[in-house]
Amino acid sequence: MTKLFTLFLLCTCCLSAHAALDPAQVLQLANEDSSVKVAAIQKMTEAADSDAARVLKAMADGQLFLSANKVVVIDGDKAFDASTGEPIKMPSNPDSITVNNRIRGELANALAALSLFDKDVGVRLASAQELQTRVSPDLVPVLARALAKETDNAVKALLKMAHAQANLGNADPAARLAAVRVLSGSSSPNIRSALLPLTDKAKEPDNKVRYGAISAVKAIDGRLELTENLARVFSGLSLGSILLLAALGLAITYGVMGVINMAHGELLMVGAYSAYAVQSIFRNYFPNAIDWYLPAAIPVAFFAAALVGVVMERTVIRWLYGRALETLLATWGLSLVLIQAARIVFGAQNVEVSNPSWMSGGIELMPNLLLPWNRLVIIGFALFVLLLVWVLMNKTRLGMFVRAVTQNRAMAGCVGVPTSRIDTMAFGLGAGIAGLGGLALSQISNVGPDMGQGYIVDSFMVVVVGGVGQLAGAVWAALGLGIFTKLLEGWAGAVIAKIAVLVFIIVFIQKRPQGIFALKGRVIE
Amino acid sequence: MEKSFTLRVLKSLNRKSWLALGLFLAVTLVVVPVLHLLVPPESAFHVSAYAITLFGKIMCYAIVAVAMDLIWGYGGILSLGHGLFFALGGYAFGMYLMRQIGRDGSYQSDLPDFMVFLDWKKLPWYWSGSDSLWWVAFLVIVVPAIVAFIFGYFAFRSRIKGVYFSIITQALTYAAMLLFFRNETGFGGNNGFTDFKRILGYSITSPDMRLVLFGLTALMLAATLVFARWLVTSKFGRVLTAIRDAESRVMFIGYNPLWYKLFAWVISAILCGIAGALYVPQVGIINPSEMSPANSIEIAIWVAVGGRGTLIGPVIGASVVNLAKSWFTVSFPEYWLFFLGLLFILVTLLLPHGLVGLWKTLRQSRGPRT
Amino acid sequence: MREFLRKVVGIDPEKCAPEYRVGYPGKQRMLDLSHNVILYLDDISVSFDGFKALNKLTMAIDAGELRCIIGPNGAGKTTMMDVITGKTRPDSGTAFFGQSIDLTRLSEPEIAHAGVGRKFQKPTIFQQHSVFENLELAMKTDKRVRRSLLARLRDEERDRVADTLRQIRLDTEAERPAGLLSHGQKQWLEIGMLLVQEPQLLLLDEPVAGMTDDETMRTAELFVSLAGQHSLVVVEHDMAFIKELGGLVTVLHEGSVLAEGDLDTVQNDERVIEVYLGR
Repeated sequence: MTKLFTLFLLCTCCLSAHAALDPAQVLQLANEDSSVKVAAIQKMTEAADSDAARVLKAMADGQLFLSANKVVVIDGDKAFDASTGEPIKMPSNPDSITVNNRIRGELANALAALSLFDKDVGVRLASAQELQTRVSPDLVPVLARALAKETDNAVKALLKMAHAQANLGNADPAARLAAVRVLSGSSSPNIRSALLPLTDKAKEPDNKVRYGAISAVKAIDGRLELTENLARVFSGLSLGSILLLAALGLAITYGVMGVINMAHGELLMVGAYSAYAVQSIFRNYFPNAIDWYLPAAIPVAFFAAALVGVVMERTVIRWLYGRALETLLATWGLSLVLIQAARIVFGAQNVEVSNPSWMSGGIELMPNLLLPWNRLVIIGFALFVLLLVWVLMNKTRLGMFVRAVTQNRAMAGCVGVPTSRIDTMAFGLGAGIAGLGGLALSQISNVGPDMGQGYIVDSFMVVVVGGVGQLAGAVWAALGLGIFTKLLEGWAGAVIAKIAVLVFIIVFIQKRPQGIFALKGRVIE
Repeated sequence: MEKSFTLRVLKSLNRKSWLALGLFLAVTLVVVPVLHLLVPPESAFHVSAYAITLFGKIMCYAIVAVAMDLIWGYGGILSLGHGLFFALGGYAFGMYLMRQIGRDGSYQSDLPDFMVFLDWKKLPWYWSGSDSLWWVAFLVIVVPAIVAFIFGYFAFRSRIKGVYFSIITQALTYAAMLLFFRNETGFGGNNGFTDFKRILGYSITSPDMRLVLFGLTALMLAATLVFARWLVTSKFGRVLTAIRDAESRVMFIGYNPLWYKLFAWVISAILCGIAGALYVPQVGIINPSEMSPANSIEIAIWVAVGGRGTLIGPVIGASVVNLAKSWFTVSFPEYWLFFLGLLFILVTLLLPHGLVGLWKTLRQSRGPRT
Repeated sequence: MREFLRKVVGIDPEKCAPEYRVGYPGKQRMLDLSHNVILYLDDISVSFDGFKALNKLTMAIDAGELRCIIGPNGAGKTTMMDVITGKTRPDSGTAFFGQSIDLTRLSEPEIAHAGVGRKFQKPTIFQQHSVFENLELAMKTDKRVRRSLLARLRDEERDRVADTLRQIRLDTEAERPAGLLSHGQKQWLEIGMLLVQEPQLLLLDEPVAGMTDDETMRTAELFVSLAGQHSLVVVEHDMAFIKELGGLVTVLHEGSVLAEGDLDTVQNDERVIEVYLGR
């Protein structure tokens, strides 16, 4: 206390008439008591001139020092007097001024408020945005002034919000009420929490303001719920597209050919590891083009998985056509072998596959609703693969042959369709599609030897719910299950949602054993 | 009636089978205890605690395999969810074992440690009565039975068959596993139950208790085999195999397959539950991974390796595969999955009737044809 | 509650009366034949994805009658049998067995139990069971689970099986697995299974397909001898066989009755000729 007093005396002694800023005030910035610093910062903010901005900026950047009871700015090898801004001789051993987190927050706030008067609209917009999250009641006059001067509409709207928020602590109930009315148009959770104390009788004595605040919170809640639901629908779509990618290959091998392939998840894994391998090659040989490893991995993933599929079909599956339960067991064995092989080749730990830089970030559709690029790309990719499968199955000779063989093997053989080669090719195609699914999965989930196991039940559920042999059914089932899961997760938690979905599917299959898009017909015995 | 029923059970096995069964019981109930307790550990004839636990475990698996064979080999219904019933029996008995720890847990509380950890103040309602061995023994049978009944009733009523049924049972056990992984479910979450101390106040690690559990498991296996033999040779068994071969014909001659399948299914689940209850005190742990789909599908391979549609086949299969597993996991842990995977593939491709079928073919080709 | 039971649990409270229970011969409801009609199909339609398999089919079979059904492929013969035996539910219409039992509301085993027996187009028998066991399983008796656990063949049942074995000329094959029989023998075995089942109404889908001429003639004799005691509906393509059976012939075409009468009348009917030979 004595020290403070001495400091104060000293300051008044060295008072300079020419200084743009009151050096005594500036010196308070170097005070050891944080509260004094904060008070000084706020006072300087209210002044709202360029000199204050300069000093506070220097303080935020850690360039403010104390030397011989004088606050100086040291920028590299130059030194300035803080209050005047004039260059001075480099002081011998300046003491740095501590900026703790509280001060840092206050500084950011102050700088934002000060840059509200910047000439550049962009700077003003950014600082107005900054002020949306935390704004102290002391800024009311500054904001009012800025609001009066502002010409840009977007900045103006933001300033109104900030001003209203700052005004919530106003002693005048009328000003508070006005602020509450303005804020009820917002859709931000921060403003909601700022309004919340005003709904409490203990904290807000004025009835009018309190009722206003209650209805404002309600209005914001409504809007928040909407964005939340939109976000859930989006993540549902995203999950649905992943399910679709995982299930599309199965829609061919199981849905069209009727082969129960329990190693389907491991074909996804093969696709994901292909992405990893291509990424490693790019890292080592083409580090400049690393962002483009993903497109390059598409054919690799397809053919790697297709090759595994063809080998599986030739060695095991073809001997078991028509014996579904045996196929199930044998392909389970194949999946175990593939998992162990992946462990030996790539190690038992998950490997790291990173998003290319163009897939990071996202589109902000609404406040609190960010659509990440990687999810959007996967949705698009799912559509692309879907189109590919549709074209292959419906518009090409191979697709026609596959459909012919699955409908009537003997007859197809008679008219010259090479049935056994078609089986192999169709299975390879389904496996390749699974590889593409795995490639997409590598962008959003862990890549490891066991990754496929988690998808096998889900993929079968999609195909079964959608109806065997029905591409459209698989699409609806995947999207429906994805959105359903995410909406359930919203109010029941992930595990319960998962269980609920499984139970739902079990019940669904009871009611419609043939899936959504079942073909009715005379049951062949 | 009573007399003739006993007679028919006796007659359902031929003399050779009774002899083999008697020999099995003599070895497990007399020879093994003598070799374990009276022969000094240095002797080559000493049976170690490890061996007793291993074979006790394998006999539990054999019961599960026979249960699986009843429904798959005879009923044609491949369940990929039998691990669920096994684990339910195990968890039911595990509740008793947890209560028997008393205040010897690390928190010295009356509640099981994991509940103290979750800051629970009293036992959840479904734990009430779990300190009584009889109530728990009742649960071991009834819980798997009820779960199997409800699921089976709806599945069989909707005529879900073949692969559809298999996949749904897999989803069922998967969902149950997720449920048991949650701490809030009240069964110890991830870690499940472990650190058991006593049964009926006797130490669970004492050699006597070990032999009692081993003997009980052997008796249960023998009883399961006799019961299963009687069941499949009864008219019920013939209807069951008829459903497997031509379900619509069975319906059109007036049998309702629903109840036949459901009966076999529930019996199978109960046997699994009992096996699980015998398994848990011997290995000393039960956790949700017992319900993982991989575990359940492994049961199918035991049956397939031994030979389905026979009763000795599953016992052989469960023993061979699990002995191989314990050998592999000690000697070449990284090759176990390769071996298991290849076993799945080769058995389905080359040995559709399993080892028993192979033996029959070999004997037929060697001996003169009759 | 009623709705809940029916929809969700699948129990129809109205069907809980003992006479509806499967495998319960003691309390089987007496078939009401007061109008001498054993089967009355009324206005039955079934469609599969727009294709009308049965189109307002109306037909009556008298008690004790032997009726032949003919018709080109896709005329709806097998679908009609599916509807009668409960395998396919019609979109509209009713199928009355006697005066009081609506078959469209019963399940397959319930219908079988009520007294309708069916032989499939492709012989379906239990391949792994012996011929004797096939007949034993089909025999009219209490078919509930709890009975089957303790069931033993009584002497009179054993005799009944032995009689049937002689009737279908398989007495020397009794212990062979049924899967090893010839095609014609399998057809006979399936007919034998129908006989021991003692149904009031027998539906026979192409019973003589794959039989030798001799076997065909013997089958015809058997059927004629069964008529009167039982009612028979026979679907066949073999005109010689139909001629041998006598009785009324119904021609199905595009899911409804095109013509009905004795074989000669039907064979000379303009529309029938047109349908069979094309325009």
